[in-house]
Amino acid sequence: MGTVAVQGLCKSFGKVQALDGVTLDVPDGSFFVVLGPSGAGKTTTLRAIAGLEKLDAGSVHLDGRDATGDTPAARDLAMVFQNYALYPRHTVYENIASPLRARRCSSSEIAAAVEQMSNLLHIERLLQRRPAQLSGGEMQRVALARALVRRPRAFLMDEPLTNLDLKLRVEMRTELTRIHRSLGATFVYVTNDQIEALSMADQVAVLKEGTVQQVGTPTEVYERPANKWVAGFVGSPPISLLACRAEGDRLVGAEGWTLPRPRWTTAEDGRALLLGLRAEDLSVEQRGDASLSGELYGLEPLGDRTVVDVRVGTEILKVKARPTVTGTPGERLRVTVDLDRAHLFDAGTGLSLSEAGR
Amino acid sequence: MAVSVDEAVSTGPARDHTPPARRLGSRGRSVLEVALLTVLAVVMLFPVLWMIETSIKENRDVYAIPAKFFDFKVTLDHYKDVFVDPGGGRSALSVSFLNSVVVAGVSTVLATVLGVPAAWAYSRFAVKAKKDQLFFILSTRFMPPVVVVIPIFLMYRQVGLIDNKLGLILIYAAFNVPFTIWMMKGFVDEVPAEYEDAAMLDGYTRLQAFRRFTLPLLVPGIAATAVFALIFSWNEFVFATFLTSSDDVRTAPPAIAGLIGGTTTDWGLVAAASVVFALPVLVFAYLVRKHLIAGVTLGAVRR
Ligand SMILES: Nc1ncnc2c1ncn2[C@@H]1O[C@H](COP(=O)(O)OP(=O)(O)OP(=O)(O)O)[C@@H](O)[C@H]1O
Ligand SMILES: [Mg+2]
Repeated sequence: MGTVAVQGLCKSFGKVQALDGVTLDVPDGSFFVVLGPSGAGKTTTLRAIAGLEKLDAGSVHLDGRDATGDTPAARDLAMVFQNYALYPRHTVYENIASPLRARRCSSSEIAAAVEQMSNLLHIERLLQRRPAQLSGGEMQRVALARALVRRPRAFLMDEPLTNLDLKLRVEMRTELTRIHRSLGATFVYVTNDQIEALSMADQVAVLKEGTVQQVGTPTEVYERPANKWVAGFVGSPPISLLACRAEGDRLVGAEGWTLPRPRWTTAEDGRALLLGLRAEDLSVEQRGDASLSGELYGLEPLGDRTVVDVRVGTEILKVKARPTVTGTPGERLRVTVDLDRAHLFDAGTGLSLSEAGR
Repeated sequence: MAVSVDEAVSTGPARDHTPPARRLGSRGRSVLEVALLTVLAVVMLFPVLWMIETSIKENRDVYAIPAKFFDFKVTLDHYKDVFVDPGGGRSALSVSFLNSVVVAGVSTVLATVLGVPAAWAYSRFAVKAKKDQLFFILSTRFMPPVVVVIPIFLMYRQVGLIDNKLGLILIYAAFNVPFTIWMMKGFVDEVPAEYEDAAMLDGYTRLQAFRRFTLPLLVPGIAATAVFALIFSWNEFVFATFLTSSDDVRTAPPAIAGLIGGTTTDWGLVAAASVVFALPVLVFAYLVRKHLIAGVTLGAVRR
């Protein structure tokens, strides 16, 4: 068992409103990712769940029971802190053993559990060291081990992989997903890395300035962003947003271009809109009716693909292309648009207008 | 116990230790520097040396004109007089030393036991009007002892604490608690609160988390603070003079001062008593010097 439900969390630090009515429902056994940029309130949310933050308003329910006033120890959660919080005077072994010691496990149990964790996280050779003698990535793995050594109600993880090098990060991503499956435990996982969110999550909550923008599966968040901000934050390279409005059966851009109006839009004529186009839904190589003309602005080779920056009027479109694509800046070209996969947002509120009709 | 705060609170990987850049090479000292340093050393050390010399001279040599620097007979009689009464038994001075040890020791322990948790609370918890409270606590130290000694005297007379070791212990502790809170708050601020947070999630209570994970990191700070508190209590003169009168309660500072005056002053005894009085603090500070330096330079440690 391990459901976590928070309702209307509010927390301010002086003038900063860190959390402004955060409501999340984490089902038992799910890998729930809280995604947001720096300063969005992700850490504050986790600390609120853990009982480390005194809330201005809101409640925390664990396994359906109101735990808002409970002490951190009584909540039976484990947490990986963003800056590890390893005990500096204790060896790695003692750090990992600490949650078991606090719960008065026998030393043979402790030894077995620590050994299992250290094998899992490849830190067997570090057990007698102190945190100051570890690299950032090693500290992060020790912090993970300290959390995973116990079977709490739920695991709270605050950006546990950010300090690892790319190879180790990819490895640990798979490893964590595997651990999650094999434990069947509830994970609340905080990250600002959308790749992590999309690849690991059962559910993603996108957080911005202390408010939840959208909750959904990774596919939902990527394919049907609730607003222009989510669309811009999730996805790399970022989605291109073009100002336009609907006129009859056409979309007319502020920069003078026109495109056929997508069948699914319900937006009335004349309303100020933003057309959201993801790089993979644009092409400089194919031919089609729906296309925009622009000039080549720059090339960004990324190995497996090249991102072509195309200037349309004053706006830049990011277009995904094959790595072999070439061109000189200033060159005229046409960009084909897959309108079935485009997004429309209200320019004023930023809310998605694409939901209906798809 | 050779733990510096730097290493105790660091969470990052071990840093390389660069030697202090301002150290001058020994060959780099100019003649002028050596001369100035010598003058400074003489000015600073002469009174101390003279005190030590006087304490081991016979009375005859103490009063000799011109003063004898080297060619005098060494005697330890004055030191014997410090501890042993001429009529046999313990001297009044030795009793006063014992009183000083008790008063300074107990008041320092009291101030530390009260001040450290208070500093922790001020550092960790959201306390209403925290800044004002801290300023109020500090403001109790603005008043020089001479100013408050009369009201204290009157109050103590009401409650029977005049000429009572407990009275001195309480007043010294009262003076040291604000100092301890202020100094220790700085040390506690330096220890990340996350250690306690992590410990609470591990399953410890808040107090256990403090005791097991934060307190050990505060040892250098506590040592430094306690030394300062101890020095204050050990050296305190005004309250001791006004609030005590009998030989079995009086602490060493007024007792030594009492040796001066009257018809003749036994300077050898005064000097010997002063040496004995100065030694404990020197020895103690020497023993905890690592903590002292770590503590006093803590402000320079970045997180
Ligand atoms: N103890 C604090 N005192 C004052 N302001 C705070 C405190 N903790 C957080 N904040 C503020 O609250 C906001 C949210 O902070 P939080 O740490 O939750 O962000 P985050 O999403 O975890 O960011 P990051 O990805 O950088 O870790 C920020 O604007 C931050 O400056
Ligand atoms: Mg954070």
